[in-house]
Amino acid sequence: MSPLDRIANVSTLKQHEVDKLYKVEHKPVVSTSDQLCFLIRPRIQTVKWICDVANADKAAGRFRRYKIIFTPRKFYACEAMLEEQGIFGEVTTDEWSFCLLPLDDDVISMELPEFFRDNFLAGDQRWVRTAGSALHLLHSLYGPFSKLYGIGRCSKMAYESWREQVEEGEQTARRAEIGKVFLIDRDVDFVTPLCSQVVYEGLVDDIFRIKCGCVEFGPDVTSSDKSLKVMLNSQDKVFNEIRNEHFSNVFGFLSQKARNLQGAYDKRRGMDIKQMKAFVSEELKGLKQEHRLLSMHIGASESIMKKKTKQDFQELLKTEHSLLEGFEIRESISFLEEHISRQVSMMESLRLLCLLSITENGLLPKDYRSLKAQYLQSYGADHLLTFSNLRQAGLLAEQPAGEALSAMESKVGKLVNDKTAGKLTDAFSSLARKSNFRALSRKLNLVPKSDEEYDLRVPRDMAYIFSGAYVLLSCKLVEQVLERDGWTGMDEVTRLLNGHEFAVTGSSGADARTQGDARRVVLVMFLGGCTFSEISALRFLGREKGYKFIVVTTAITNSSRLIESLLGNQI
Amino acid sequence: MTFITANWNPLGEAFYRKSELYEMCWNLRDGLRDCLVAAAPYGGPIALLREPVRRSPSSRPQLEIYSASGVSIASFPWKSGPVVHLGWTVSDELLCIQEDGSVLIYDLFGSFKRHFSMGQEVVQSQVLEAKVFHSPYGTGVAIVTGSSRFIMATNIDDLKLRRLPEVPGLQGKPSCWVVLNQDRQTKVLLSTGSELYILDNTSCTAVSLPGLAPQGGSIVHMSVSFSYKYLAVLTDSGHLWTGPSHLQDKMSEVDTKKLTPPKQMVWCRRPKSQQPSVVLMWDRLLMVVGVCQDTIQFPTEDQCVLVGEMDGVRIISSTNQELLQEVPLVCQEIFKIASMAPGALLLEAHREYEKSSQKADEYLREIKEQSMLGEAVSQCIEAAGHEYDPNTQKSLMRAASFGKCFLTDFSPGQFVTTCRELRVLNSVRESSVGLPLTHTQFKQMTLQVLIDRLVYRQFYPLAIEMCRYLKIPDYQGVSRVLKHWASCKVQQKDLSDEAIARAMCAKVGDSPGVSYSDIAAKAYECGRTELAIKLLDFEARSGEQVPLLLKMKRSQLALSKAVESGDTDLVYTVVTYLKNEMNRGDFFMTLRNQPVALSLYRQFCKLQEQETLKDLYNQDDDHKELANYYVTASYREKRLESRLSLLQSAVDEYNKAKNEFSAKATEEEMRLLRFQRKLDDEKGAGLLELSLQATMEALLALGLYKQAEQLYRDFRVPDKRYWWLKLKSLAEKEEWDELEKFSKSKKSPIGYLAFVEVCMKSNNKYEAKKYVSKVTPEQRVKAHLAISDLDGAADAAIERKNDSEIATVLSRCSAADRLLIERLNRASTAKK
Repeated sequence: MSPLDRIANVSTLKQHEVDKLYKVEHKPVVSTSDQLCFLIRPRIQTVKWICDVANADKAAGRFRRYKIIFTPRKFYACEAMLEEQGIFGEVTTDEWSFCLLPLDDDVISMELPEFFRDNFLAGDQRWVRTAGSALHLLHSLYGPFSKLYGIGRCSKMAYESWREQVEEGEQTARRAEIGKVFLIDRDVDFVTPLCSQVVYEGLVDDIFRIKCGCVEFGPDVTSSDKSLKVMLNSQDKVFNEIRNEHFSNVFGFLSQKARNLQGAYDKRRGMDIKQMKAFVSEELKGLKQEHRLLSMHIGASESIMKKKTKQDFQELLKTEHSLLEGFEIRESISFLEEHISRQVSMMESLRLLCLLSITENGLLPKDYRSLKAQYLQSYGADHLLTFSNLRQAGLLAEQPAGEALSAMESKVGKLVNDKTAGKLTDAFSSLARKSNFRALSRKLNLVPKSDEEYDLRVPRDMAYIFSGAYVLLSCKLVEQVLERDGWTGMDEVTRLLNGHEFAVTGSSGADARTQGDARRVVLVMFLGGCTFSEISALRFLGREKGYKFIVVTTAITNSSRLIESLLGNQI
Repeated sequence: MTFITANWNPLGEAFYRKSELYEMCWNLRDGLRDCLVAAAPYGGPIALLREPVRRSPSSRPQLEIYSASGVSIASFPWKSGPVVHLGWTVSDELLCIQEDGSVLIYDLFGSFKRHFSMGQEVVQSQVLEAKVFHSPYGTGVAIVTGSSRFIMATNIDDLKLRRLPEVPGLQGKPSCWVVLNQDRQTKVLLSTGSELYILDNTSCTAVSLPGLAPQGGSIVHMSVSFSYKYLAVLTDSGHLWTGPSHLQDKMSEVDTKKLTPPKQMVWCRRPKSQQPSVVLMWDRLLMVVGVCQDTIQFPTEDQCVLVGEMDGVRIISSTNQELLQEVPLVCQEIFKIASMAPGALLLEAHREYEKSSQKADEYLREIKEQSMLGEAVSQCIEAAGHEYDPNTQKSLMRAASFGKCFLTDFSPGQFVTTCRELRVLNSVRESSVGLPLTHTQFKQMTLQVLIDRLVYRQFYPLAIEMCRYLKIPDYQGVSRVLKHWASCKVQQKDLSDEAIARAMCAKVGDSPGVSYSDIAAKAYECGRTELAIKLLDFEARSGEQVPLLLKMKRSQLALSKAVESGDTDLVYTVVTYLKNEMNRGDFFMTLRNQPVALSLYRQFCKLQEQETLKDLYNQDDDHKELANYYVTASYREKRLESRLSLLQSAVDEYNKAKNEFSAKATEEEMRLLRFQRKLDDEKGAGLLELSLQATMEALLALGLYKQAEQLYRDFRVPDKRYWWLKLKSLAEKEEWDELEKFSKSKKSPIGYLAFVEVCMKSNNKYEAKKYVSKVTPEQRVKAHLAISDLDGAADAAIERKNDSEIATVLSRCSAADRLLIERLNRASTAKK
């Protein structure tokens, strides 16, 4: 499902005399219509394609009218392209400043997946202003905000852009409905999106890919030969209750639910005609609806179970957890090696590689080279570019080789076998430098002590999102900053996160106008995407601390989307 | 206190008063004789053009512009052609209509703005008469040409000339004509003496005045009221016909008993009055003619000019200026002798109160008994608004305030507003400012326009004072004034850039809504580039600075400002501009200092200009990116040879970048490509573009074990990988003998559990069993379980005395395996 479907689906468009819908691609448009309307993101590449279509028509002596609607805004570069291709006069252009799509009661997406690659890889800040506009829109509808916090370069720029837009426009005083705002860059916390999600909604996204709040369940879930498109949001009562649960609880919950449902059906027995009539007219429809949803989610869970309870998934999780904890790194590396050489999954291998690099503050040159070489052997040399991208985005790094250290290593290497040498190297390197992630993890207490048993049915803290192994860094920051009302006392943390933090008081008098419930409403804006796990964590945090979080994100992301956007062989 | 009613003159049921506005400040030698005079309504400026006695090129007439109070604003000799008519537009610009049909526009300060022409044909036929008129569309001009044609433009700011139809039998100019504005159409009403015609866009219609006495005679003068609602027509027999301008009706006909045509005839009425009247002016006489057959006559000594206002007539003479108007009803009621209106009583009560007389109480009581006190207060406030003399205003307002004390629920709004507005009006009426606005005019004009006019006349301090006093939001008030002040200030050539910039910063500061870039643009327009740059520094929004900087050719500065603004679009605009402006080398150097711009340009090049991208990397000696570029390029290349050569370039660059790993990887890729090509040619294997792993897989699948082996050795593929690969491949092809041979070729680097699992995947338990015994003890339990051999697993577990393994086996047991369970349980307890 695309954002357009959510706003105007095909039948609506047909009612407005749209003949046919095409995906904008680099190929001629076969149609008898003499009017073409393009709805595109302002990308030079796309505009070039459109130019080719128009020029091909021209060469064929065909007259058509063209309209390009840029969303969310028009870029000069695109118009320059039209001009360069000599069709500037023949197309009319328009802007559709669409920047917020509510996916659920508490989730708003800007549906800008390219934000991540453009901003964090290419250094192209074109969307920052759009993010600022989105914030401005929310501000003008629900503002004024009493306080804004943020961390990250992009957040700061988005904040400044918003500030500018507020100053340009006229101020209107109204009752505030949003108290505080927290802006966070994706590159502040790469660890969280790189972990396998084990909360129901996140799992569904990892496995079936939720697009625009809608998922397509294949035949294996629906247990028929048709696949089914379903909206997943709080309207779905069954889903609403399990979306934030750890997957291990989901089955229990669903079976309990099934029993309740059966009970409700069973009520029919011993009813007289009148009661039966009331039952049929009032309850039956609801029950049937619930029944349908229940069987669907049971199907989905079974399908997930099949994929996830396999031995290798458990081992994968174990590796992830040991990476997060920083234990048995050597074993994790050999697991990873095997993972690559057995070609288990192209994306998963990269994901683990990145996770390893981030938690360890870069790979040792020796490991880095051998893993990379293995990977290239497995998946082709064109991934050289992928590695270059990952490196640039800061997801993968090679530790600078300490000379003394490598000398030591080589000497030791001659004396003992490989495994011991590796262990020694680990020991040396952990002495020589500290991992940023480790330090953060200690400061913020991100990894709970592993010796305690964690009861996933009764979550103690946000760690339940990752089976009790890790508290999400991004959400922990939100919690801490809200608690401290700023960054005071977190100097060390912000230093490790590369700074760019800010905490500012909103427009004057906003505090006074923010009353009661609105004070507890916090807007969390992720620049570069956020995962369902993070949303679940914030929901949990909200329940615990009495906040109501509204998540605004440039797009919903997960590990595979994150890595896919950095693959090198796409232009 | 003088009697207020002293200058009241009764006319029918109404009273008219003529009150002095100003002693004129000007000093005119010859009075207003032989002058073209134009005075704008709403207390607008006055323009004078003295007509030279003889038309000779040597004697140039002087064009003079004065404020309404006669303060000289501008004066300059008229150098253009002969002028037929002067007029003011709604925005206080002077229109000078010349004989040849060209219209010159000057601003209030006499500087030339622009000109337009009323058409080519007019140059020949000449303008005989012209009129400037105002309509909802703006200011219009109508002329009658020597060939008796009317040409009209309804809005000079959006010039569309309309040539009206011919009038039958008209020779030369008509005896009189007026412009009418009816039903959103502009028409001309004209008289050729006896006949009356209406000219609109398409037709010329003869009309007649309803009820005009047949002996009336021919028409000599016409006048239309300020609102275009009423028409007055004077005939040569001295009869004045008045009626609505749609000519359906007649209001009255009065015999003025004057046979000479008047110099000027103007309507004098106020909105809502029931008593419109017409003011006629002859050389030494001013006559007010009401519809009630009554007249008032004022002798005049001097040449005068009448200016019609919406609520009266201004009479300008060379020495003074007076306002003739109908006395507003509320003033009549209060000031009429022996009036018993509540307002009059309240005024009296207050007067007595000030004298400390108990009569005050009596009056008050009287009003209160009729419960009219509220009405009385309102009357006083309203009347104060209509009075021109501050003392009268004060006494009325005091009376109102006095009356208000006895009321509990009287809203103070009206009182406060009127007080404020009167202060504003009194200050603009000052002779030095010279805007003699009545309260009614002020209301019609609105405060915004008044401030605009003050700003236009450069009364900045007064305008700011007023905005502050009236508490107008900065955005619409003070800031707007400052903006105008600033753009006027930058035009002052006698001040240094530094001084102006400093003054600007001090005054404007960071008032909201004042854009420094707009001011800078103005400065640049005036040719003061340095000043403009100084001013741009004050601009807080860097995005606003860029377009102007580009215009001023400060491209480097523009680029850094654009980057600062964080608006990519803007950066891109500048980059494109620079690209076209600079030579390539300089352009690249400029970009180098601006990483954001550079990355943006790179992106653009990636899509559009691959070659430029290469140059860009080359210039920066960025070998790594250059190598990546070659690699990317190689994937676009179809032919193997060119692909290899691109990859070779990549290898060179990687080497230069000291990135040995990538260099080696690329070299291997080249080797692989050559190998694949060879095999493809020899065996048609279809290997090209596969990864090393996939190539080996394909080779094994094809049974080309030797070639696979060769790759394994050549590319130093790790043993583990190769073993996995071969294992899987053989199992898939179900070559069990080959597999067994392979397992024995040397000690397996991946252990033997993998063999078990792979066999089981192909559901071959028999083969799987062969390898169970080879599995290391640690994995033996797993191996047994893999082939579902519970007993074996149990044995292994018990042998190893490992609790968790025993538990694993137990978890796999079903109820049928009772014996086994017992055995396991025993083993585990025995251990303890």
